[in-house]
Amino acid sequence: MRRTTRRAFLKRVALAGAFLPAAPALAQAAPRVVVIGGGFAGASCARALKRFGPGLTVSLVEPNDVFTACPFSNEVIAGLRDLRAQQFNYDAFPRDGIIRARQTALAIDPKARTVSLTGGSRLAYDRLVLAPGVDLRWDALPGYGETAAERMPHAWKAGPQTELLRRQLAAMEDGGLVVIAAPANPYRCPPGPYERASLIAHYLKAAKPRSKVIILDAKDAFSKQKLFQQAWEQLYPGLIEWVPLSSGGKVTAVDPAAMTVTTDFQTYKPAVANIIPPQQAGQIALAAGVADRTGWCPIDPVTFESKLQPNIHVIGDAAIAGAMPKSAFAANAQAKACAAAVAGLIAGLTPAAPKLINTCYSLAAPDYGISVAGVYQPQDGQLVEVPGSGGTSPLDAPPATRAAEAEIADGWFRTITAEAFG
Amino acid sequence: MPSKAFLILRSGLKGRVSKDARRRCGSGLPRFLAMVLLIGPVAAFAAEPPPGASSCSGCHAARAAVKTPVPRLEGRPAADIVTAMQQFRTGQRPATVMDRVAKGFTEPETAAIAAWYAGQKE
Repeated sequence: MRRTTRRAFLKRVALAGAFLPAAPALAQAAPRVVVIGGGFAGASCARALKRFGPGLTVSLVEPNDVFTACPFSNEVIAGLRDLRAQQFNYDAFPRDGIIRARQTALAIDPKARTVSLTGGSRLAYDRLVLAPGVDLRWDALPGYGETAAERMPHAWKAGPQTELLRRQLAAMEDGGLVVIAAPANPYRCPPGPYERASLIAHYLKAAKPRSKVIILDAKDAFSKQKLFQQAWEQLYPGLIEWVPLSSGGKVTAVDPAAMTVTTDFQTYKPAVANIIPPQQAGQIALAAGVADRTGWCPIDPVTFESKLQPNIHVIGDAAIAGAMPKSAFAANAQAKACAAAVAGLIAGLTPAAPKLINTCYSLAAPDYGISVAGVYQPQDGQLVEVPGSGGTSPLDAPPATRAAEAEIADGWFRTITAEAFG
Repeated sequence: MPSKAFLILRSGLKGRVSKDARRRCGSGLPRFLAMVLLIGPVAAFAAEPPPGASSCSGCHAARAAVKTPVPRLEGRPAADIVTAMQQFRTGQRPATVMDRVAKGFTEPETAAIAAWYAGQKE
């Protein structure tokens, strides 16, 4: 029985080689999987591919030598953590048998199954995993752009922008107004703007108590809303004001020279403006033709294969993953499920429907953690939440519960970064 | 020629519990615990974890060197994991997040995950 199956399998591999003259490297024994993007999704996927399919040739395309993680970067902004604690490298990857291409992917030819890299070289693949994360949409908000972000940081990609916002807060005089502009859904890290408001308030309460934080929001509800609002009442009474869409919260224009932020109802003149613009899938996803009109990538919920291009899988923030939020935990969970599916597909198997978990911690203060969790499975072509599962931390929980969740959040960060980066 | 490891992966993916094995296990909780025992040795060689299992390592570190209050699952007796998940589901066991996660898994799913982790190196 096993022998027949094995023979049939070998025949399939041989046939695959015969029918793909455009990919000459197929004459080699090992099937090739290329992963583009070295964030939580891409790094986790490359490593999982090597675990589930040790015989695969796995390449990771990532131009940067250092990855700066977004989760916990709000603590850097609040002066509670050094940016270096957010940084990871790819030194473990060659050791684990993963080929590193330190270039940027410029274009993808889905028919020839090749990736064009900076410098003119090409990588051939049998299956491609795209994990490009998000691009900020510089065209979405009048007055905002890359230059404006030097005056009004987004700090939505951790790194120099995180430190810029930190420096601006540190330089601000007591009594200053901090404006945070939060985008409409979907965007990376749904509770992120509200955790940021909390931790900035934590800093201001101690260092600049006459100051204020206003969140100008393009929506009427947000992740862990009741928990955040309860925390703000308990910890920072009067310090944080949330202006929802229906109260004129949507920012319609900014002027970095005049330092003004304008909504339909009002113009604000903050001392520090944190503008989080609308987002879309990273550029390479658009170039590959795997993004739809929304700017995000529709995928099959079992294999994460693009619904628009065969043999290309999309994971992490760039994917339309149904009910799953754009979080590092979700990206890591999707990466492992996708790696198993890709290894299975290459072996000629039908992948089993995955079950995925997301857990997302936010800090309202360094010792005040709250979370949202969910369990997801494919249904009617989408990832949907398993009925009766998931939810947020309880309201009105004692401080010990909040402290325990803050401690677990810390452990989670160490765990997930160890798994993704080795 | 595909590598040997690749063929191992292939056979590993086929390591699922047969209908026959399930019938032999009877019904209810005894059946479900028997399943755990049955899956154990098979899953120990499987390269691919059962549905849901790979998500766990987002919080439950695979390596002992990682500093976290969250317990590791590798090498833990399957029955311990199954019991913990049951108690999380019913609220008998205090939890921060596991009560919400456990409710997303059926008993057979939990049993397969528990067996897989039990078969992993400590």
